[in-house]
Amino acid sequence: MQIHKHDAIIIGAGGAGLMAALYASKSGADVAVVSKLYPTRSHTGTAQGGIGAALGNLDEDKPIYHTYDTVKGGDYLTDQHAAKILAENAVEAVIELEHMGLPFDRTSEKRISQRRFGGHTRNFGEELVRRACHAADRTGHMILQTLYQQCIKNEVNFFDEFQVVDMIVVDGTVAGVVAIELGTGEFHIFQGKASFFATGGWGRCWSVTSNAHSLTGDGAAIALRRGVPLQDMEFFQFHPTGIYRMGILITEGVRGEGGVLINSVGERFMERYAPSAKDLASRDVVSRAIYLETRAGRSIKNRGYMHLDVRPQTVNRYFAEEGRDRADFIDDSTVERKLPDILDFCRTYLGVDPVTEPMPVQPTAHYAMGGIPTNIDAEVVIDANGAVMAGAYAAGETACVSVHGANRLGTNSLVDLVVFGRRGGMKMAEYVKRADWAPLPKDAGAEIEAEFERIRNGSGGSRPGELRAKMQETMMDNVGVFRSEETLTQGIDDLAELRERFTKDLQIDDKSRVFNTDLMEAWEFGCLLDLADVTARAALERKESRGAHSREDFKKRDDKNWLVHSLIYQTGAMSDPAYEARFDKKVDLSLWEAEIEEGAPEDQQKFRPVERVY
Amino acid sequence: MDVTFRIRRRNPDVPGKEKPYWQEFLLADVDPTDRVLELLHRIKWEQDGSLSLRRSCAHGVCGSDAMRINGVNRLACKILIRDVGEKVQVEPILGLPVIKDLIVDMEPFFDHYKQVMPFFVNDDPLPEDGRERLQTQDDRQQFDDTTKCILCACCTTSCPSFWANGHYVGPAAIVGAHRFIFDTRDQAGKARLDILSEPNGVWRCRTIFNCTPACPRDIEVTKAIGEVKLAIRKGTNVGIIESSAIH
Repeated sequence: MQIHKHDAIIIGAGGAGLMAALYASKSGADVAVVSKLYPTRSHTGTAQGGIGAALGNLDEDKPIYHTYDTVKGGDYLTDQHAAKILAENAVEAVIELEHMGLPFDRTSEKRISQRRFGGHTRNFGEELVRRACHAADRTGHMILQTLYQQCIKNEVNFFDEFQVVDMIVVDGTVAGVVAIELGTGEFHIFQGKASFFATGGWGRCWSVTSNAHSLTGDGAAIALRRGVPLQDMEFFQFHPTGIYRMGILITEGVRGEGGVLINSVGERFMERYAPSAKDLASRDVVSRAIYLETRAGRSIKNRGYMHLDVRPQTVNRYFAEEGRDRADFIDDSTVERKLPDILDFCRTYLGVDPVTEPMPVQPTAHYAMGGIPTNIDAEVVIDANGAVMAGAYAAGETACVSVHGANRLGTNSLVDLVVFGRRGGMKMAEYVKRADWAPLPKDAGAEIEAEFERIRNGSGGSRPGELRAKMQETMMDNVGVFRSEETLTQGIDDLAELRERFTKDLQIDDKSRVFNTDLMEAWEFGCLLDLADVTARAALERKESRGAHSREDFKKRDDKNWLVHSLIYQTGAMSDPAYEARFDKKVDLSLWEAEIEEGAPEDQQKFRPVERVY
Repeated sequence: MDVTFRIRRRNPDVPGKEKPYWQEFLLADVDPTDRVLELLHRIKWEQDGSLSLRRSCAHGVCGSDAMRINGVNRLACKILIRDVGEKVQVEPILGLPVIKDLIVDMEPFFDHYKQVMPFFVNDDPLPEDGRERLQTQDDRQQFDDTTKCILCACCTTSCPSFWANGHYVGPAAIVGAHRFIFDTRDQAGKARLDILSEPNGVWRCRTIFNCTPACPRDIEVTKAIGEVKLAIRKGTNVGIIESSAIH
């Protein structure tokens, strides 16, 4: 096996990975970015509406308001200190992106333009605030392009289309990773003093998802198999507005510009579920409302979808009702200019023109709040007390800091990846200066190579595509927006059956080496299967409803027993894993505790966990 | 409806399949609104797992699945069956070496992109207030169109000048340069124009216009190339794009 030696190995070339690469290399580290996709193919590029930062360019705003919204949005499972770091660092991170050339839209004062987004408010929930900094409706695309361009400028080493499939751990220290060069099928070892996982999410566990085909949770699955627990896996966000049946995301920015959700009787139903924030309540609230409306027989054509209406006449009618300034009113050209990609998606895939017709939308599996546990410097932690795994880092969707708690606010994914990618990159550069090389074991890579031979030689009757589709169906039916003991148990049983077939009855058509996507998809299915399994198990254990985790048999949030993070550990062999869930990791409530210490009366404590009302 | 796919294939790793050949697949129960990508997946997942292609986001944003569909460069995820009919011919994009089936070697394409300094340059001190650089929305709109590029290579690999000479940087690289040349905050416009006035730069463009309809992001590629040519001729990037023309 060819061995590549670099101080820092970054796995994944989306926003978090490129941010880490940029800041680590600027700090003098020798960095290699190893990615299964060309960097510009990464899923960061699909983020649409904006990146939240309290710049205050259009409305009065402060990082502490952003912190509050993030904590409340997370249904109080958010670690409060981490949320504070997120909101404070967001401001400088966004300014730095502008300095790198990111083409944000501009205000009339030539500053970065900002728009409203779900759950983002001024003065602790008083009113919606314009906080989402945007570049049309392709903010993520511009972030990804800008970071990639800056990496080219800084001559960062890229290993494109090298897929990382295992992590090498020696006496508790990460010594590097094993990757397959897709073009040749050869195994390579990337030896590093530090390995940084920025591999994104695993929305492909579900059948209706906004996620790319490549979002198979490789990094999280590898970490789990090599002794890292996964945190808060029961919390997976369903975004309320995916294109009906296809799951393609329609940005919350549509509602930020005044778009409204309408049911089959023509009612703006969010007024009932969230009287104040209405359509811009947090995503878990809106997704549940759509399901409840559907159950009440008020989905369009009774098919489980709603209309998202951003036609100027509709928007302006509600603006008028709300007494908004006429200057806020929109016309066709506003929609064309601010939401060009959304119009393109709807015209291409649905033959629907949002300027003249409403869009059919349904909740779509979107974002993992949980993942590889880290501290605020992106160092991977492996127990409830924050013990660090030497040489291991993670940031972005694959990580769980936890700033998103039980439900992520819109725009905060981009904030998360730039803030913690940046912090992690700098921390890692510091670490590799003083750390020694961990020696590679003699048989490094042998175990995963054998696993691939097993998959390649599969000559049973089950194609990976069929197994994956079955997993996605059972996850959608049983581990979706609403769950109960009955559905979760069903889900776990179904997954066990699929695992049996994956281990004993796999069929691979392509036996060749070069670009064997049949083989890679099968291995990726194994990653998804592990993550689906731990998601269902964590969801079964958590006997309350909080944020994106809604138990029909435990409908209330229960802070007395469950204001705590879950950690799931893998025990047993790789081929026959067992899992152990622990609920012993405390939620950081430091901002609330500081308020108590300062003697603030209860009704003035902003960070006290209270019932969420939007 | 039934749809027949005719796919150009090769696998350098399998004896007898090193040379390109055509293979047909029949799909039943196809919906006119199915994406070509979904149907290629159905072939791969239901009939022949060895069919190889790149794909990721599946909605026209990541740029992975550029291919030649019924003779025209398209993203497979952004073209529906109702757009192409019941007989679909799929080939790899032209002008880049084919690795396997629909997968081509993208390295030459990205090398060309990297040649044109596709990154923001401004060495002035940062604003003293620690905030963003200022720019009007009108100035921002001057290069809006070319910020949309996803580097899928549909334009470059539809260009006869590129087919004839692989050293030509090609439309995508010029689009990448345009995005910075007309950004009022950027300072390396002159250096980029110098690079693009080299023999394999912008003058290899013969204004054939294949690139513009090939772009899945509706970028006016030929127009952008024209603006770069004009900037080279005039020796300046300022005033080439009339802001009145943007709106």
